[in-house]
Amino acid sequence: MKLKTVALAAALSLTSAFSALAEPVKVGMITTLSGGGAGLGIDVRDGFMLAVKKSGSKDIEVVIEDDTRKPDIAVQLADKMIQSEKVDILTGIIWSNLAMAVVPAATAQGKFYLSPNAGPSALAGKGCHANYFNVAWQNDNLAEAAGQFATETGYKNSFLLAPNYPAGKDMLNGYKRFYKGDVNNEVYTQLGQKDYAAEIAQIRASGADSVYFFLPGGMGIAFMKQYAASGVDVPLVGPAFSFDQGILQAVGEAALGVKNTSQWNKDLDNAANKDFVASFQAEYGRLPSLYASQGYDTANLILSAMGKASVKDADAFRAALKAADFDSVRGNFSFASNQHPVQDIYVREVVKEGDVFTNKLVAKTMENHSNAYVGDCNL
Amino acid sequence: MPIVLIAEQVLNGLQFGIMLFLMAAGLTLIFGVMGLINLAHGSLYMVGAFAAAAVAGWTGSFFLALLAALIAAACAGAIVEIVVIRRLYDRDHLDQVLATFALILIFSEGTRWIFGSFPLFLDIPDYLAGPVTLPGGIQYPLYRITLIAAGLLVASGLGLMIAKTRIGIQIRAGENDREMIAALGVDISKLYTLVFALGAALAGLAGALVGTIQSVEVGMGEPVLILAFVVIVIGGIGSIKGALIGSILVGLTDTLGGVFLPQFFQLFMEPASATSIGSSLASMAIYILMSVILIWRPTGLFGSRP
Amino acid sequence: MIKETYLNTFVLSLFILIPLWAYLADEPFTITLMTRAVIFALAAVGLNLALGIGGLVSLGHAVFFGLGGYAMGVLAHHAQTFTAVAEWPFLIEGTKSMPVIWLVAVVISSLAALLIGILSLRTTGVYFIMITLAFGQMFFFFSISWSEYGGEDGLSIYVRNSFPGLNTLDPIQFYGLCFAILCVVLFMMARLFKSPFGLALNAARQTPERVETVGLNATRLKLVAFVVSGAVTGLAGALFADLNRFVSPTMFSWQLSGEIIVFVIIGGVGRLFGPVVGAGVFVALEHFLGGLSEFWHIYLGALLLAIVLFGRGGVIGILSGREKIHD
Repeated sequence: MKLKTVALAAALSLTSAFSALAEPVKVGMITTLSGGGAGLGIDVRDGFMLAVKKSGSKDIEVVIEDDTRKPDIAVQLADKMIQSEKVDILTGIIWSNLAMAVVPAATAQGKFYLSPNAGPSALAGKGCHANYFNVAWQNDNLAEAAGQFATETGYKNSFLLAPNYPAGKDMLNGYKRFYKGDVNNEVYTQLGQKDYAAEIAQIRASGADSVYFFLPGGMGIAFMKQYAASGVDVPLVGPAFSFDQGILQAVGEAALGVKNTSQWNKDLDNAANKDFVASFQAEYGRLPSLYASQGYDTANLILSAMGKASVKDADAFRAALKAADFDSVRGNFSFASNQHPVQDIYVREVVKEGDVFTNKLVAKTMENHSNAYVGDCNL
Repeated sequence: MPIVLIAEQVLNGLQFGIMLFLMAAGLTLIFGVMGLINLAHGSLYMVGAFAAAAVAGWTGSFFLALLAALIAAACAGAIVEIVVIRRLYDRDHLDQVLATFALILIFSEGTRWIFGSFPLFLDIPDYLAGPVTLPGGIQYPLYRITLIAAGLLVASGLGLMIAKTRIGIQIRAGENDREMIAALGVDISKLYTLVFALGAALAGLAGALVGTIQSVEVGMGEPVLILAFVVIVIGGIGSIKGALIGSILVGLTDTLGGVFLPQFFQLFMEPASATSIGSSLASMAIYILMSVILIWRPTGLFGSRP
Repeated sequence: MIKETYLNTFVLSLFILIPLWAYLADEPFTITLMTRAVIFALAAVGLNLALGIGGLVSLGHAVFFGLGGYAMGVLAHHAQTFTAVAEWPFLIEGTKSMPVIWLVAVVISSLAALLIGILSLRTTGVYFIMITLAFGQMFFFFSISWSEYGGEDGLSIYVRNSFPGLNTLDPIQFYGLCFAILCVVLFMMARLFKSPFGLALNAARQTPERVETVGLNATRLKLVAFVVSGAVTGLAGALFADLNRFVSPTMFSWQLSGEIIVFVIIGGVGRLFGPVVGAGVFVALEHFLGGLSEFWHIYLGALLLAIVLFGRGGVIGILSGREKIHD
């Protein structure tokens, strides 16, 4: 089932940077490359491989496999990578339910797992593990920032909307944690629902002054198009998942002006990010998404640790990872004690640049934001 | 709850049901005439939506996009019928399920191969955008009213065609006695291809119309397919009238259940768990409806009795 | 044409020799794959009784697979968190013992099959396919929103459950356990096919009237077959959960029900070893085609299509010709 084994015969022969310490590292990437949610996995993979390619390191080998978004396939691939491929590090999973299936077993077998996307609360609190690092976020982070933004903007009466599954509930709880106004109504929709006429009618009749929604992927596309067509003008706010580069083009005008929260944007002003955005466009001919930036940071974190310690020495390598001594495209980046990011989170607005819909930074809502589960984790 | 809001929700349920009817009509027609279970009907819905999105992006015309959806889905349907489906008519349902399941795999990944992994853009044209005010002060999106009108138009057109035209007579004859119409000199294989292409075109049209307000992406067909099956089973397989009534029943149950069940539970439970239980019950509502109807009438509301 | 008995012996020996080779060559992942094939085979052997002999096309067998899985998940989850499953009306504790879990899985899935069977058997043909699908969807949506046991995230069990005298964490030992269960169930099925019940059921599928005239109740025969079928698939679900050390609502999905049907058809409907061959071929295809390209589903689809169109009777039908289920 080998999709690609990329032994990187380096384009650049850097002699000094990765010196004697660098022990070869084998990374197993399990991500979603086919079926409905393939866009996210492809972005994570492309971001990750871009960083590997730019490093010129000969010592990192990446095995990539497609989980087709099924938990049992992901578990099987993890077994394969650990048992046959003998990888040192696992990464790549997009969805929380797949991460819940793979991560506990992988870390229990002494492997490192670095999450480039999913950050379920169960793995941040009591279920945290010394070998589990999340490079993206704890799931609630962006929702908390949206709550903070709503409070700062002075919203007093929010209407909340999310699908009826654990991540949906996390996203509403995260919002409520930092939102100080009243909750007008909380509506849970069916997972995968594509018609929001009924919910939009409720919003119209509710008298709310703001709508907070978490509807990832196709659900978000459908909701925003229908919302714009309904003529309801209560302002929307949400986490970045419905506004990433891959799906904004499918939403089009309907998303213009909507505020959303993210830990990254392509116009973040730092050298690492400028370099990333330019080289991603040069390599793949499209703008990078949030997910690509996370894949890129994950690879750079691994590379930074490889320069400091051998992966065979688990304690030293863990310490090297935890130091997070790499140039994140997000600027500030460090790990909290439960090994989830401490980072700045921004508010973005959807704009049109030429023919392309994209986001621009508006403000920083949270500085050095950690997560709510640090206390539950005994690391 | 204000009466206006209830009226609006009923309208939403009606619109959802009528869109389902476009899918279900083709499915039930194909089953009625050829006795075929076609799981790939959802793929034809997807083909319509992708063709519409591609043509809309290319020409900017919504009308041309709809035309493209009809043509693309009909052509895809005709080709599939000639290459694969006609070999399945005299097989049992099991072989039909497996073969059309295989077609889903081929269609989905083939579409992703051609159009890539990201959703496509398809939006409401300017002249149908925005809300209008209905009598009673209901604000309702113009596009959705157009959908209801278009769906009813197709439903009555289909009804007329089956009742009055020559092809309609052949279809009805084919449902009753296949050997007989072949003996009367009707080219049965041409008729089958035609019926299949007609069903496909309806699915493609539904895909384009619904894709416009939802999202155009790989895998969009399967959830609708399941709902369409629920509809034709409730209505009685092979009955167009049953499909229409089944669609509206499912549309109303799904929409009104999603809105009112959580509120109903709030009458005697704390809000958080009421919302949770209400929403999960709402997502099961149409399946509960379907099994109750089947237990009561084992061949659906208008199905022929064995 | 190869005699079916020879073919069956050959299949069984493959299921012994491949893992043995993998064990000696230190290829634990091959053993994991074979375990997956054996468990899917068991689920399909269950369905084969209802579908192949009873003629009941159930598109809802994932219900029993999922219930078996959740029986394991819920019991082991409570055992690993040291909480009780229920304290009222009497205390039920969690457990990590496989035999207990299997018993619970079999009992729960039989009860569910009894209930679903009584309601669904009022219908026939396509209506039966669809009503079983509807029950599957109910369980699927219920499990997604049942937050106490993880909802869509599912439940992770950190250590595989235990079986007296075995180290179940060792892939080859767990494989041996699953394979032994498959053999026992196959043996019982072989007896069942040839028993008066199996013959009557077979007749009830072909001409229900004839069975009725000799005083047997065709619906009751089918109901019994459906219950036994559900129980076997439920047992497979419990093993599958232990293989992955994880359960989630995808075990209830209609795609999984579809896959179990696919196993039966690929191998050969109504053949004793049909489901075993089908599951083996499917797992192998999944494994080898997946390496070819990102778009491997296209190849899988084309191959399935070819099997339906040109290979009637499945793999066993192609290799050993058309044959009656009992002679």
